[in-house]
Amino acid sequence: MRVAFIVSAFGLLGLASCGGGGTGSSSSGGNVIGGPGPNVQPIVVNSGPANNYADGAFTSVTVCVPGTNDCQTIDGVLVDTGSVGLRLLSSVLTVSLPPQNDAEGAPVLECNQFQDSYQWGPVIMADVKIAGEQATAAPIQAIGTSAFSVPKSCTQSGLPAHETVDSLGANGVLGVGLFRQDCGSACSVTGAQNPGLYYSCPSSGCVPTTVGLNQQVQNPVWLFPLDNNGVIIQLPAIAATGAPTVSGSMVFGIGTRSNNGLGAAVVLSVDDTGDFTTTFQGQSYASSFIDSGTNALYFLDSSTTGFATCQDASFFYCPQTPEVLAATNRGTNGSSTSVNFTVANADALFNSPNAAFDNLGGPNAGSFDWGLPFFFGRNVYTAIELQSTPAGLGPYFAY
Amino acid sequence: MRPEGGFGEDVIASQDRSRPTPLAVALLAISFLSAARPAVAALGDNLVSIESDQLHMKGTLRTVAMPGYLLHEIQTPTGTLVREFSSTAGTIFGVSWEGPFLPDLHQLLGGSYDSYLQAARKKPLGRGPLLLHLPELVFESTGHPRSFHGRAYIPRLLPEGVPADGIR
Repeated sequence: MRVAFIVSAFGLLGLASCGGGGTGSSSSGGNVIGGPGPNVQPIVVNSGPANNYADGAFTSVTVCVPGTNDCQTIDGVLVDTGSVGLRLLSSVLTVSLPPQNDAEGAPVLECNQFQDSYQWGPVIMADVKIAGEQATAAPIQAIGTSAFSVPKSCTQSGLPAHETVDSLGANGVLGVGLFRQDCGSACSVTGAQNPGLYYSCPSSGCVPTTVGLNQQVQNPVWLFPLDNNGVIIQLPAIAATGAPTVSGSMVFGIGTRSNNGLGAAVVLSVDDTGDFTTTFQGQSYASSFIDSGTNALYFLDSSTTGFATCQDASFFYCPQTPEVLAATNRGTNGSSTSVNFTVANADALFNSPNAAFDNLGGPNAGSFDWGLPFFFGRNVYTAIELQSTPAGLGPYFAY
Repeated sequence: MRPEGGFGEDVIASQDRSRPTPLAVALLAISFLSAARPAVAALGDNLVSIESDQLHMKGTLRTVAMPGYLLHEIQTPTGTLVREFSSTAGTIFGVSWEGPFLPDLHQLLGGSYDSYLQAARKKPLGRGPLLLHLPELVFESTGHPRSFHGRAYIPRLLPEGVPADGIR
């Protein structure tokens, strides 16, 4: 894969040029990604804190009692461009971050939803520090709590709770996706439009409540004083057989410094739910998206693709030999850009000791979920809604 | 979710009920009964429970006649759209949803809920779509926060000539 080597070489050149000063770039950003800086945070793709993850990118996050040096650094936090908000396992938190109480002085808890799980736990406040950036007094979520029993309206989705290292595979989730808050305006209004994700929990029991936009669990990035319009995930290309560990970077800001410009990346605007359209083999699939927090290239189904799922792992594809494929992603702005990708036999990949694969695939009924394998050998930009970037306002993806 | 036209559509009942049909009158009458006994039921149940689902979700209900089945759409105020598919005999054989928030799957899956619960916990580690293919239930939950899609159906209840693909 010659193209992959060239991309890696550019990455090395960036590092060698050391430091962002003296390039003469305007604040709209240079063309080169990379180089150290206060906005660059190391990430690693490995088997994670439970030692059993495939295709998870992890980083460490420091949380402090707001305004103090009473801090804790937690590693093994999943880097997730598909969700919004910092969520840390209660079982891992040792620092006493203060709860966010509502106007009546009752603690606020949240029933957070993913497509495959939920997390129940209190909204707490922290100064969130990552690399040289800080989100001051940011609402985050502590996942899992024995202090408040989970309401039926939270468990009614029937999804499993992922509130432990064993079930989540991580010590937390760092959601740095397309939006400023995790819920948005729906959770801030009274009446039937409110989905009731947030609860007020006085001693009489938890009841669904309204929470203003600023009190919801926030995307920490948009709260940074600088470099607050999005993130870039930078992971090098890897071999077809995978790798046990891969080091990369999460760069804060798009076009805010000389180390985070858009360069030749194509901007794909998204609809108000964060999706765009993928065209594959002549068919178009709306509701497609990019997501570092999902652990494979999930798309369509066996009968459409012709790939069998694995006998012992029906969530993944097991083609006999690796399938080399191409698709085109089109943003709501009309821009499109292609993707060449490979789907290998997942059983063969899992038989290796590797934890990072650029060709792990599986079914996803009706659309494309471009998970972490998509990120290897690319700089993938996620721009936050309403934030200004050199390519206009977010939300958008670019690569 | 991606309703590609191609089937002729015959809207036979809608929320304003401006054109009462025998079916609409029947549903209206039944709704008084079901309002008194809010039931937790849908998939595998009789279409009587659809009114109960509508009340529970505080949504607007629109029913469309499709070849070989009825499509009931409940637009909830949170923005999530729920569809329920009933056979000509009135049995709900499939449900689907799309929107920023998950619906009450306990209500929607009815008698299939327990099988779903058990199977969902066997998903391997790692965030991704939740896809279950059991003999008695096919369940799919895909998407991401702000944009969830999903469906569930009972294979043996699929009416003759209705493809599973139509449930979305």
